[in-house]
Amino acid sequence: MYTQMVDVSERGLDENSEQQRIFDDKIDRGVTIEADDWMPRAYRETLVRQISQHAHSEIVGMLPEGNWITRAPSLERKCILMAKVQDEAGHGLYLYSAAETLGTSREAMIDALLSGRSKYSSIFNYPTLTWADVGAIGWLVDGAAIINQIPLTRCSYGPYARAMVRVCKEESFHQRQGFEVLTTLCRGTPDQKALAQDALDRWWWPAVMMFGPPDAESKHNERSMRWKIKLYTNDELRQKFVDQTAPQADFLDLAIPDADLAWNGERGHYDFGSPNWTEFYDVVSGNGPCNRERLRARIAAHEDGAWVREAAVAYAEKRKQ
Amino acid sequence: MSEAEPKDWPLWEVFVRSAHGLAHKHVGSLHAAGPEMALQNARDVYTRRNEGASLWIVRASDIVATQPEDREALFTAAEDKPYRHPTHYTVPEGVKNL
Repeated sequence: MYTQMVDVSERGLDENSEQQRIFDDKIDRGVTIEADDWMPRAYRETLVRQISQHAHSEIVGMLPEGNWITRAPSLERKCILMAKVQDEAGHGLYLYSAAETLGTSREAMIDALLSGRSKYSSIFNYPTLTWADVGAIGWLVDGAAIINQIPLTRCSYGPYARAMVRVCKEESFHQRQGFEVLTTLCRGTPDQKALAQDALDRWWWPAVMMFGPPDAESKHNERSMRWKIKLYTNDELRQKFVDQTAPQADFLDLAIPDADLAWNGERGHYDFGSPNWTEFYDVVSGNGPCNRERLRARIAAHEDGAWVREAAVAYAEKRKQ
Repeated sequence: MSEAEPKDWPLWEVFVRSAHGLAHKHVGSLHAAGPEMALQNARDVYTRRNEGASLWIVRASDIVATQPEDREALFTAAEDKPYRHPTHYTVPEGVKNL
């Protein structure tokens, strides 16, 4: 059951206890940790942070694409984009529910997002300037997200792992529709192909940065791997993304904007350049092209929807009588 | 429990029966002001791809569940009763349909 009714204060918090030993043993044996099991405080906090940020990313991620629903070039493309944006809302809800099993409330998480205390994926702070950007998001951003998320279906926390199974099942159409948008543009007029190249030029590095800072600088890598909240390091996942995406760019006859990108037969992987990490930290700390706009849009949606929430409560109360 | 909790709408657990004759299966949870809204939201959130032929919604607070500390008393007793499984028995060579 997904219930969040865990009284954290009642459970022992002595981390050198028998409970800690049982917990470590479960992690080592690959037994999932469930909502009502004892877990170290830091494990719980790390999960709440990670899952809620993941949920926020799904919700904020609706904005750059929602921007294009009315302008998508055909009725079918509009329907596809609406379905995708609706999926993202669903993914946000699965993830919020998973985080709630750890004893946090939906309201507290929404409040952390709207007040700027909680982060979301920095990729959504870049603007969607042309229709080709919708294709690039599906292909690159959802492609990167899938690489991140597939291992999470086997992570140690049961409710999170189960939510990720649903998310991954639904996500694969997102990547394919993006690649299809770009394939269509690349087979079109020179202007349309140039739109596709321009989108790749702008989205490539932000997508490469989605896997987070290099392993040497990553704060949470080691402990999260010990806890099996993370199964591969940032750099391992990034390599996988480049290896998988470079041949797809070749198929589209588009050039990835990285002079250092080259197949390395000895390693059996692509070599590639280093992203501009200063830009990454800048965007993460609130100074990307769209950070303020995204947050403003979320706050407006929340405030403008207040009367609907109040009406729903009033109606439910009335029906009870 | 956080103090903010009462402001959230009640939590509902969602069960979906697929068209393939299986029992209703727990798929997740959601918040809703009342039962009709819960059903409507469950339809939107959990059955966007023909996953279900029937939905059950249960208020999470109405579910009675076992506690982790009772696990041993409740479930380990079955471990020393291997004779409840067909694999406990030796079938003599040559005997069929057993």
